[in-house]
This record gives sequence, structure tokens and C-alpha cells, in this order.
Amino acid sequence: MGHDHDDAPEGLNRRDLLSRCAGWAGTAAVYTVAGGIISSVGLDAASAAGKRSTRTKPFTFVQISDTHIGFDKAANPNVHATAAQAVERIKAMPVKPDLILHTGDITHLSKDDQFDDAKQILAGLDVPIFYVPGEHDFLDEGQGRAFLSHYGRGTQGLGWYSFDHDGVHFVALNNVAALKPGGMAHLGDDQIAWLKKDLAGLPSSAPIVVFAHIPLWTVYEAWGWGTDDADQALALLRRFGSVTVLNGHIHQVLHKVEGNVSFHSARSTAYPQPAPGAAPSPGPLKVPTEQLPSMLGIRTANFVRGNSPIALIDASFA
Amino acid sequence: MSVVSRIGRIAFLATLVAPAALVPLLAAAAAAPAKVEKVAIDNFAFAPQVIVVAPSTTVTWTNADEDPHTVVATDKSFHSAAMDTEESYSFTFTHPGEYAYFCSLHPHMTGKVIVKG
Repeated sequence: MGHDHDDAPEGLNRRDLLSRCAGWAGTAAVYTVAGGIISSVGLDAASAAGKRSTRTKPFTFVQISDTHIGFDKAANPNVHATAAQAVERIKAMPVKPDLILHTGDITHLSKDDQFDDAKQILAGLDVPIFYVPGEHDFLDEGQGRAFLSHYGRGTQGLGWYSFDHDGVHFVALNNVAALKPGGMAHLGDDQIAWLKKDLAGLPSSAPIVVFAHIPLWTVYEAWGWGTDDADQALALLRRFGSVTVLNGHIHQVLHKVEGNVSFHSARSTAYPQPAPGAAPSPGPLKVPTEQLPSMLGIRTANFVRGNSPIALIDASFA
Repeated sequence: MSVVSRIGRIAFLATLVAPAALVPLLAAAAAAPAKVEKVAIDNFAFAPQVIVVAPSTTVTWTNADEDPHTVVATDKSFHSAAMDTEESYSFTFTHPGEYAYFCSLHPHMTGKVIVKG
């Protein structure tokens, strides 16, 4: 994993990636470069090619996830340091990202001092950060009151919202509130009704980025790695030519493509978790210290123009 | 130290410091079901998943995982705060009935307390 740095030849790699990517368009394949420079690309806009307006312009954004500030167990006794490492990686990027998405589990135990520490570490970035909560951010007695007091301003319901950036419509969903016994993650009728209204006015050519903590596709039901009412949300998204769904929660890179919708799970900055079903439980995975950096990381997303897929680059800290 | 942890510790200390006083109770316990039961939370599961107890039994859940968990009654009649590693939560069941519960953070984790008179 020593080659997937986000270092200097990045621009070249991206161009290379995009030209290769065009060759794959429409195959619904996950694209992997041997040597680990690029883990994957979501090929999500093939059928919309050529139909888009030209109002979009290139930009880069970053996804970070599962910083788990407050975690101090053997799997990573210093999650502050690894979150700070993510900050350094982002600051060293050749192209400054326009924005950052944090896909939840900012904290380990929803404590105010943990939210404060996270803010302090990420404050070094000088880039707008957009958050969704993970279940670890919603476990206070107020069932999310702590998270919403820190990040809830201007959001709807229990923290969902949307915004537009250079022609891309970003949708932030909360699928960690009011979970039901025996079930998986849950969006709830209120949020789905809001999503329907939010998307109603958009042309089908609008590129959509959805971000939520727990996967919106069923990765592994026995561990609750899915969202039980995601189908209702996906039904509303299906008419769009390009939908990129980003999540955290499972602390590993995984991808799935379904028509124009591509799903991408990101690494944590704190600790890895086992592959689905590869351990008795999904708890923190202890690996040899020297191996840990290869299992933590950040994701860069390059949005080039309206009719190209969003190119994702998963870079580990190794 | 959180409240849930303190409750766990008090229950634990009580079993340590009063063996003499417990002798008559133990004799009685041989005839009747125990009044204190433990449920482990381990590897994202409640063990035992189903537990049968007599009325007035206090059930104590202790989290052995590195992830926090909760104990929340499906009918909301009782619920713990989030329990971090080694923290505990206790609830005393007074009335007969079946009490289904789950972890509100990992809802695939379910369990049941059956209280039989």
C-alpha cells in the first residue's frame, strides 16, 4: 500500500485515471489500479454523457470519516494523532479542496469535549466541512441533542440538509436516529418525505452526491451494515444520470455500482474493522502497529465536468 | 465515572463484602430462582440472549466490547445510557411478563428477559 499517497504527481495520475476511466464507461465495473495508486472509480454517469448543461466546473472535494475522537483502546490508542494526520494530508494536496464531507462517528461517545476536540483538530483545515452524524455521535441521553447543538444549525429534522456547489447537488442524510429492534440503519418517513421535496425541482441531469454514515446498500445484514428503508430513498434518486453515495461506518473501502447509482464506503481515520463476516463481530480490528497506517485514510473526489464521473481516490496513510 | 458504572460497582461490591449476611439468603435461593442475574454483552451479542428470572430479580448487563452498547426495552419501559467498555447497567424486574430489548446503536443485537412468577 506504499504507493497510494496523495503526493506530487497527482495531477498526472488524475488525467491518466480519467482517460482510462472513459474506456470503462458503461461497464459498471469498479476500477482498480494494480499497485494501489487508485482504489476505485464510480462509473456513474455513462448514460448521461452529453446530455448535461455546461454550468458545472471542475472542483475537488474530500471525504473523511469515523474519526472516533475519544476512542483509546488497543486498536488505536491515539485517534487524535491519526485525525491530525488526515488534516496534514489534506493540507498537502496539490489542489485545495472546495469542501470536506465528514461521514460521521466524529466522536466515540457523543461527549461535548470530544466534539470540541474534533473541531479543534479539523479547524486547521480552513475549508468548509459538512457533517452527518454516526451512531456514536447520537448516543447521548438526549439522543442526538449534543450533535445537533454542535452541527445542527440550519439543518432539517434530525440534522438532514442539502446544498449546491458548482452545479453538484449534495444531500446529507441521517440514518442513525430512532433505530428499530432487529433492524438496520433507518432514514424514517419524515426524512424520505423531505428528500422527495428536495429533489423534486432538480433536472435529471443534475449530478447528485448523497452522504450518510451507514451504507445505503446492504453490505452485511447480520452486522446491521445497511439501511432498512434505503430503497425508498434510492427510488427517488434513480431518475438522475449521476448519483454518488458516500458513507463511512464500516471503516474499509468498498464499492458497488447499480445503474447510475454508485456506492462507496470510506476508510476511517481511527481504526479498521473486519471485512464483512470475517470476524465474530464488527468490533475494532487490532492489527500490528506498522500495518495500521495502511488501513486508515481519506478519500479525494474530483468532479471534472457535468458528463464525466466523479473520480474517487482512496489514499491510505501508509 | 458514569452512573451506569457506579451501579455495576455497587452490585459487585455487595457480593464481596457480605458473605455472612448472605448465608440465609443463599439457603432460600436454593429453593427459589436467584434474584440477581447477569447478562454479558460480548462480540455484539447479549449472552444469554434469553434469560428467565423470578419477579424482583435485578438483571445487570456488562459491556465487554470495545464499542459502546445500550440496553433499550422495545416498549421503552427501561433503557440504559450508552455503556462503554466494562460499564454496567442494572434494572429490577418486578412484574411477570416478557421484556424484549435491543441495543439502540446496533439494533441487530436483541435479547429478552422473561419474568415468571
